[in-house]
Parts: sequence; C-alpha cells; structure tokens
Amino acid sequence: MLNKTLNISTSPHIVKGLSTDAIMQNVVWALLPVALFAVYSFGMSALLVLLTTLASSVATEHFLCRFSKKKSTISDWSAAITGLLLGLTLPPNFPLWMAFFGGVIAIALGKFIFGGLGYNVFNPALVGRAVLQAAFPVAITTWYPAFLPNRFSTVSVSTFTLPFLEPAVDASTGATPLAAFKFDQVTTGTSELALGLISGSTGETCAVLILLGGLYLAARKMMNWRIPIAIFATVYVLSGILYLIDKQEYPSPVFMLFSGGLMLGAVFMATDMVASPITSLGVVIYGFIIGLLVVVIRIWGGLPEGVMYAILLANAISPHIDNMIRPRVYGTSKSKRS
Amino acid sequence: MGLLNFHKNTFRHGVHPPEHKSDTNGLPIRQFPFAPLIILPMVQHIGAPSVIAVREGQEVIRGQLLAKAGGYVSVPLHAPVSGTVRKIANVPTISGKMSPGIYLETAPFSSQEVLEGAPVDVETASREEILQGIQDAGIVGLGGAAFPTHVKLKIPEGKNCEVLIINGVECEPYLTTDHRVMLEQGADIFMGIRYLLRATGAERAVIGIEANKQDAADHLAGMIPPDIPVEVQVVPVKYPQGAEKMLITAILGREVPSGGLPIEVGAVVVNVATTAEIGRLLPHGRGIQERVITITGPGVKKKGNYLIPIGTPLRYVLEQVGVDGNISEVYMGGPMMGVAVSNLDISIVKGASGIVAFTEKDVKRPQEIYPCIKCGACVDACPISLNPSKLGILAKFEAYEQMAEAYNLMDCFECGSCSYVCPSHIPLVQYFRMSKSMVRKRTAAKPNA
Repeated sequence: MLNKTLNISTSPHIVKGLSTDAIMQNVVWALLPVALFAVYSFGMSALLVLLTTLASSVATEHFLCRFSKKKSTISDWSAAITGLLLGLTLPPNFPLWMAFFGGVIAIALGKFIFGGLGYNVFNPALVGRAVLQAAFPVAITTWYPAFLPNRFSTVSVSTFTLPFLEPAVDASTGATPLAAFKFDQVTTGTSELALGLISGSTGETCAVLILLGGLYLAARKMMNWRIPIAIFATVYVLSGILYLIDKQEYPSPVFMLFSGGLMLGAVFMATDMVASPITSLGVVIYGFIIGLLVVVIRIWGGLPEGVMYAILLANAISPHIDNMIRPRVYGTSKSKRS
Repeated sequence: MGLLNFHKNTFRHGVHPPEHKSDTNGLPIRQFPFAPLIILPMVQHIGAPSVIAVREGQEVIRGQLLAKAGGYVSVPLHAPVSGTVRKIANVPTISGKMSPGIYLETAPFSSQEVLEGAPVDVETASREEILQGIQDAGIVGLGGAAFPTHVKLKIPEGKNCEVLIINGVECEPYLTTDHRVMLEQGADIFMGIRYLLRATGAERAVIGIEANKQDAADHLAGMIPPDIPVEVQVVPVKYPQGAEKMLITAILGREVPSGGLPIEVGAVVVNVATTAEIGRLLPHGRGIQERVITITGPGVKKKGNYLIPIGTPLRYVLEQVGVDGNISEVYMGGPMMGVAVSNLDISIVKGASGIVAFTEKDVKRPQEIYPCIKCGACVDACPISLNPSKLGILAKFEAYEQMAEAYNLMDCFECGSCSYVCPSHIPLVQYFRMSKSMVRKRTAAKPNA
C-alpha cells in the first residue's frame, strides 16, 4: 500500500476553485438575457447580427491560433464574450457582412496581435466597433425601430446587403433617444429608457436587464462593481450639475444614465478585467475618467454618443493608472514608483 | 499608522480557505507507538547542523544527548527513544537532499524512561541561563519554521521587548496541533510564558488565538496565573494570520519594517506549542524528544492529534494510522504552505506540525494555466499589499532586479494566498520563490554587495 509513488507539487496544495474560463462563461450567461431581449424587441435582424459577430469572433480566434501553430483558445470563452458584446453594440439592422468584418477585426486587431487573452490593451469588442464606426459611419448610425409587428418574420432590408455595396435605406428608421435629444431636443421618458422600449443598438436598450446581469456577476465576484458605480456616479453628478445650471440646454442626469450605451458599456465593457486597472483605487479613477469623457463627448462633442471612445481612452490610460496607484507595501513607509 | 486603525484586530487582505479542522479538533492528543527504527537527520532546524556525539553500536537512554549544537544558530539533538545507535550515515530529508544522521534502533521492552539533566529554575535563573537552557533542550520553532528559539529570544543591544506574543493562531487549514496543545497543556504554556517573560524582559504577554478556537481562548483565559501579566486576544479567522508579521499587526496594530525583525516594533513572537515545550522541559533539564502532530486529510483513516517521537519514519506513521489506497499526495505541514513529500523514508522532524494526506480525487490541481487576466484577486489577497499579477509577469521576463527593487519582491514571505485565489491557476508563489533565490544568488555574486 505504501510503496506507491507519491506525486509532488508546490504549495499551496489547494485552490479556491474559481477559474478564468468559468468567469468568462458566466459573463456570457449574464449577457444572455440582454441578447434575448434584443431579439425580442428587434426580431430576426438582431438575432442575425448577434449570431454573425459571435461566429466570426470565435472562428477568427480559432483560425488565428491554428495559423500561428498554437492550441485553439476558444474554450476560454473570451472570444464568445467579444463576439456577443460587439453584436450588442451594433444597430439591429446592421449589414451582416459588416458585422462579420467587425468580429474579425475585434479579435485580430483588438486581441490577437497584442498576444491574446490577458494582453489586450483595449476592450476587443470596442476596437471592432471603433473600426466599424470609422469604416461605415452611415450604416452604424442608421437605427431601426423596436417592436415592429413583423419583426420575427422579416428582416431589415439592409441586413443582407452584399459586401462592398452601400446598404439600402430602410423605409422605417428610428432615432435613438440620444440622437433625438442632441439633434431635435426631444427627451424620452425614463421608464421607456429603463425598460428598453426604444430604438438603439441591439443590446443597449434594456437597462434593467443589463443591471441585473451586472448584479449577478458582482455577486459572484466575477466583476469589479466599483467600475460601473464610479462611472454612474461621475456621470450623474457631472450632468446633474449641468442640469441644475440650465434645464433647457442640458439633459437630466437620469436621462444621461439610462440612454445610449452607458449601461452596457459601464457594466460589461469598462469592466473588462484585462483592460482596466487592478487596484480598488485605480478602478475608481478609471471609472471617473470614463464618466467624465462620456459627459464631455455627449454634451459638447460632435457625436450623440461617447461611451465607446470614453472606454477606449480609459483603457489606454489604465496601465499608467496601475503604475501610479500602488498600495503601500506592508512595512514600508511609502509606495515605490518606477 | 493612522490608516491602520481601520484594520484593527487583523491585517490587510488575506484569504479564507475551507478550514477542515473539525475532523481532528475534538480528538485529544494520543501517544504514538515507538517505531522499531528511528531516523534522525542532523539538519532539523535553520542554521548549522548538529554535531554527532555518539558512535555506532553505542547504547543510549531516552533523553540522552546524541548531537551537540553546531554553533550559536544551532541546537542539540536528544535521543527520542532508548536503544542502540545502529548506523551513522546520510539520511534522506524532505528537501530531497541527504543529511548526516543517526539510525537509532529502539530497545524493545524498555520502559522508555526519560533521562533528566540540570533543571533551569524559573525564579532564580538569569536571562542568559534561560536562553542557554532553551538551546540545550534543542528547542526550535514548532510552528513549522524550525528556527532555533534561543536566537529569536536574544534581544539585541539597545532594543527593548515590550510585548511577548504567543502565537496560537494556527491559520493553516486541517491542522489542530496548537488547538489541542492549548486545550490540554495550559499549565505548560503558562510555565513557558514565565520563562519567556524573564528571558525577553517583556512587560506583558498576549496569547493570540483565532476565533475558530474560542474554546481554547476561554480555557486559557480562565487559567491565567494572577502573578504574571498575560492576556488572551481573539483575532478574526483569516489566512495567513499565523505569520509572525501579520499577527503583530493584528495584535499591536504595528507593522514590522520591511526587511526588519519583530523586535524593531518591540515584539517577540513564539509559537504556543514551542512555549508549552519550554515550560515542560526546562524545569527538568530535559531535551525535546517528541512533539504533537495532527495527522489528517481525506486519505487518512485514523485521523488525530498524536504525540510522536522525533525521528519516527513517515512510512511507519502512515502505516499506523492507515491510509486510503488511492493516496496521491502527502504534505508535511498544512496544505497552504506545507511541503509535498516524495519519499516516505523521511522522518518526523521538530518543525513538522502536521501531516496531511490527499487521495487522487482530493487533489484538484487544474490542468490548464490561463494567461493573467488582471482580475486583481491576488492583489486583494496579498497580506503585504504586493502586486502578484505584475510580479508574475515580470518573473516570466526574468526581470528579477526590477521585481526586487520596484515591486518589493523580497518582502514576500510565500504564504501562497496569490496562487490560492488565481483563477488562471498561475503558480505565482512558486515564481516568487524562484525569483527570490535568483535575486539572492545575484546579490551574493556581486563583489561590492
């Protein structure tokens, strides 16, 4: 009995048991209600966009790994998150070939060239979206109304646009609440915003489901809740100050919180662990920067929405935040800098 | 110091591994049988090896001196059993290296009475006499470090020991050695504290105990002798609170300076089992022959807390308690900081506080190592606020100097909390052990350093 060869290993010999692929998988679960609501409100078109970005992201990750003679990393689920998130940030009537292209760019330029999972500087899904925004500025800002009666039987005419052709303009287009406010000074009701009874990107409309997904992840300690809280607080306070100054000129803070991609961005994209700071104080600063940029771009910028650029800029600053904000090491008088 | 007030009664960060102490914490200490052959390495402590003082074929009595201290930072070794020195040769040790040692054949039918030496009287002995008595008894830190206790108790010139901290934290999962010692050897502990108070000149003593051993805390608090300044302080359950520096912070709210010793904040920390041993041995001038060890883990049949002679071969120990057929890994110490044993021919040494056996299904070692996703779990776990994520990346690039100079690598005391929480299963603490030894080698190689 005791002549058996024993295994040896280095301490610690026990692990907590939470693993990276499980975290990623749970982010996908948390996104599913958001995606399902997107399909419910926008119909077949949204479903096709989501499936396209999902498939192109995962396939790109798989083939890039194969081409570089590495083991495929799709089983860590991170490519699935990128695909799903990218799809959720696109208009439901987005041409599928463009969505496909976006998925390829998100993985290839957003993640793979940096060295894959763990090394990306920016949130890969937002890199994909930023390229799409630059390449197809019209298609990405052509919105499709929610809850069309025939949404499950037909798709938007622009969905099946052939590659390299301008998409046909839909007969029925809808303006997003942010665009409506920016260009037409029309405010949308808060309950409509919170429940997602509005036009917008596939996944950004239902704030309630996004927040529920975030609560789930935060409760399971798979998401740093300080990031969305810092963003929301900054946006609320800054836009609140402006609103108090001039209620005609500036939108209400509640409208700022619930409109556009802020909820989706703050809960699911700014919280990308790889591209956000590592310390508690660091993430609060990071969240503040995002909130500040969102308010500045939305109110004084040329675009109706600024969440994407705000997060990408903060991603770029994040390594510097980590370098500057270092907790004092036990037994030392002050933190070191390098 | 102001900031520390937020963390009163404990240290920053830390982790909460499942305790698994209920298997053995209710089982009284039992005497273990004598093995037919006792194997005694001369390296059972930190410092110079002991120097063998017997010859082959010599008959020795239990408690007789077998080896003398090999210097100041060294301790002697006493015969754990009466018997015959069978062989003086190299013996295997846990590190994998061979060490000079003694094979001692136990005399059958011996009464195993213990030889006594010159007693050290707690009332009249001088500081130096007590320290000498502790060294002569062969006492080292029984919590696992195995550092010669008399060296630790020697207060440097110009320093003042204000508080003597008795470490009864036992934060390692599975282990209940100190818990049982506190419940069963209270009188020895307080006698030991008397010696330690005199040896260090400390104004008071505090026994630090984690809240999961409230019964031990109540028991000891109820029997504090009125003539010595001792108090019991219960601290929250958190790993690695048993680490010397963490316990000082928990009890005193002070931080030991980086690279410094506890005495720099006026404290000396001694493990509670070591204290009990001092209190038991010194009045009789005896040497240490046995120690309490928790033998536990899912692979062990007769789990318990046993009083085992030093030098008992591990194979004999496991045969006596019975192990599962699927046994896969055996740890000397607890699962967080203990060392996996490759060879059952090694023996119980003074620093062994526990033996934990895992079967194949208990070893949940993840197959896949993912890249660091910078989730920050390690940063929130590190008790000394290092950035293990960054250090791990630097270790991969072999940037050892940068790790040491810019990221305080050398302050890491290898508690393993970072590896424990890492969702990507990166063997962080193993990287740091290697990196620290690289830094030490390179520093030693520099002529001017």
